[in-house]
Amino acid sequence: MTTAVKRRTPTLTAGAVLVGLVVLVALVSFIWTPHDPTRVDAAVRLLGPTGDFLFGTDKFGRDLVSQIMVGARTTLYVGVVAVGVAALIGTPLGILAAMSPRWLGEFIMRVNDLVLAFPALLLAIMFGAVFGASTWTAMVAIGIATVPSFARIARSGTMQVMSTEYVLAARAAGRSRLVIARRHVLPNIAGLLIVQSSVSFAIAVLAEAALSFLGFGTRPPTPSWGRMLQESQELLAVQPRLAIVPGIAIAVAVLGFNLLGDGLRDRLDPRLAGRR
Amino acid sequence: MIEVRDLRRTYRGRLGRPAVDALRGVSFDVAAGQRFGIVGESGSGKSTLVRLLAALDTPTGGTISFRGTRIDGVPERRLKFLRDELQIVFQDPMGSLDPRMRVRDIICEPLKRRDDERLAELLDAVGLPLDAASRYPHQFSGGQRQRISIARALAPDPKVLIADEPVSALDVSVRAQILNLLADLVERYELTLVFVSHDLSVVRHVCDTVAVMRRGEIVELGDVEQVYQQPLHEYTRELIAAAPTLRAALARFQEG
Repeated sequence: MTTAVKRRTPTLTAGAVLVGLVVLVALVSFIWTPHDPTRVDAAVRLLGPTGDFLFGTDKFGRDLVSQIMVGARTTLYVGVVAVGVAALIGTPLGILAAMSPRWLGEFIMRVNDLVLAFPALLLAIMFGAVFGASTWTAMVAIGIATVPSFARIARSGTMQVMSTEYVLAARAAGRSRLVIARRHVLPNIAGLLIVQSSVSFAIAVLAEAALSFLGFGTRPPTPSWGRMLQESQELLAVQPRLAIVPGIAIAVAVLGFNLLGDGLRDRLDPRLAGRR
Repeated sequence: MIEVRDLRRTYRGRLGRPAVDALRGVSFDVAAGQRFGIVGESGSGKSTLVRLLAALDTPTGGTISFRGTRIDGVPERRLKFLRDELQIVFQDPMGSLDPRMRVRDIICEPLKRRDDERLAELLDAVGLPLDAASRYPHQFSGGQRQRISIARALAPDPKVLIADEPVSALDVSVRAQILNLLADLVERYELTLVFVSHDLSVVRHVCDTVAVMRRGEIVELGDVEQVYQQPLHEYTRELIAAAPTLRAALARFQEG
């Protein structure tokens, strides 16, 4: 990217708008929601969309809009913690694997492959069974399952950086491996990691929804999009609205983070710059 | 200053490919203050030799001494003296500068601390403006980037400068500038120069002694003028003949 040309990146813009929407809704929910999202009121149960309840109410008479708004918080919370766990463990592991002697690097990557081969949902369900189902166990389990993708990205990026002449120059200047990792490797693979974060965020959001749907994620009464889906199950034929609303919310968040990731990749990766 | 004895480096073959003997027993001495040229085509082992001289790689055989101290196969923590006394200017002026670092930090890297006074001195010595310090490598032309690279190499006040094809990646129009700059700096700071190139005419311009390398061996070693005027080895003659000269170009032009 020697020439600082501003390219048109519609994916990036669309992703940023969708993600921004989710973040905005979550932030607003801290100070205002139309109703208390957890208030049970039999008098208003299963209402269709009205002026007071924009998307109607569920079988307990809780306001759908308010639940979606507070649920956005849960979703982002899960994404941030899961991606944080994955990045904080995976990135150093990947850099270490690339910079250490061959046998150690190979060992780290084979263990990494083992974790990668393990189904993420199964891991989360095991965690839930052992430590008790909660948002926390779900987040940590999703995070651990995402470690390998960060380790791989970090390793391949590091290997590329380590083969450059500027690293050779740093070594000739007497810089230690640790300093080279911090000063040269990390800044140069940051772009890759940001892209990976965004894509992993989308996967984490989806995984949390799936876990909550299965009853291994967020516990009631904390609103969660996945659990809203689960609760809508028995009424799917009569009240499809109860499934469609959280379904759209999940789709918007996942699509947003995926588009953001793709857009950032196109923007940050000079090798892909010329393609479109 | 530098003593190289029977230096060998074999790269192990991977995945069924055969092993490569990059260096097959190279010996030479570089005296203090000498301007020592190493010339040879790509694949002759020049780059391997540079890495070994800077102790960035370990030889499979032979020894290298720097000021009487062995530097081959020595752990990094005992090479501090070498890191301050021997520096490299690399071939690719883009690839050898970290694109995410400001020129200030690049030049001060061998110092391991920020020193604005020294930075100003170095920028001045290589002919770059002071405000270059806060910019990034991609904002400079190839020749200017090579000046940055030279400034970085000079930062720790080294005794030996290794230049690995420092002008090969540059436009012909700026080559002479960078070569003259190198020659001036070598003189001013009384440096010992090891200059690696595939172009004997460039080496002739800068060096007093030359070693001609081919397939990991030194085939000819001697005073640069003598080697150039009366090459003893067939390969050296080929190298000289292969280099485009104005006279040869004119001769072809007149014939055609």
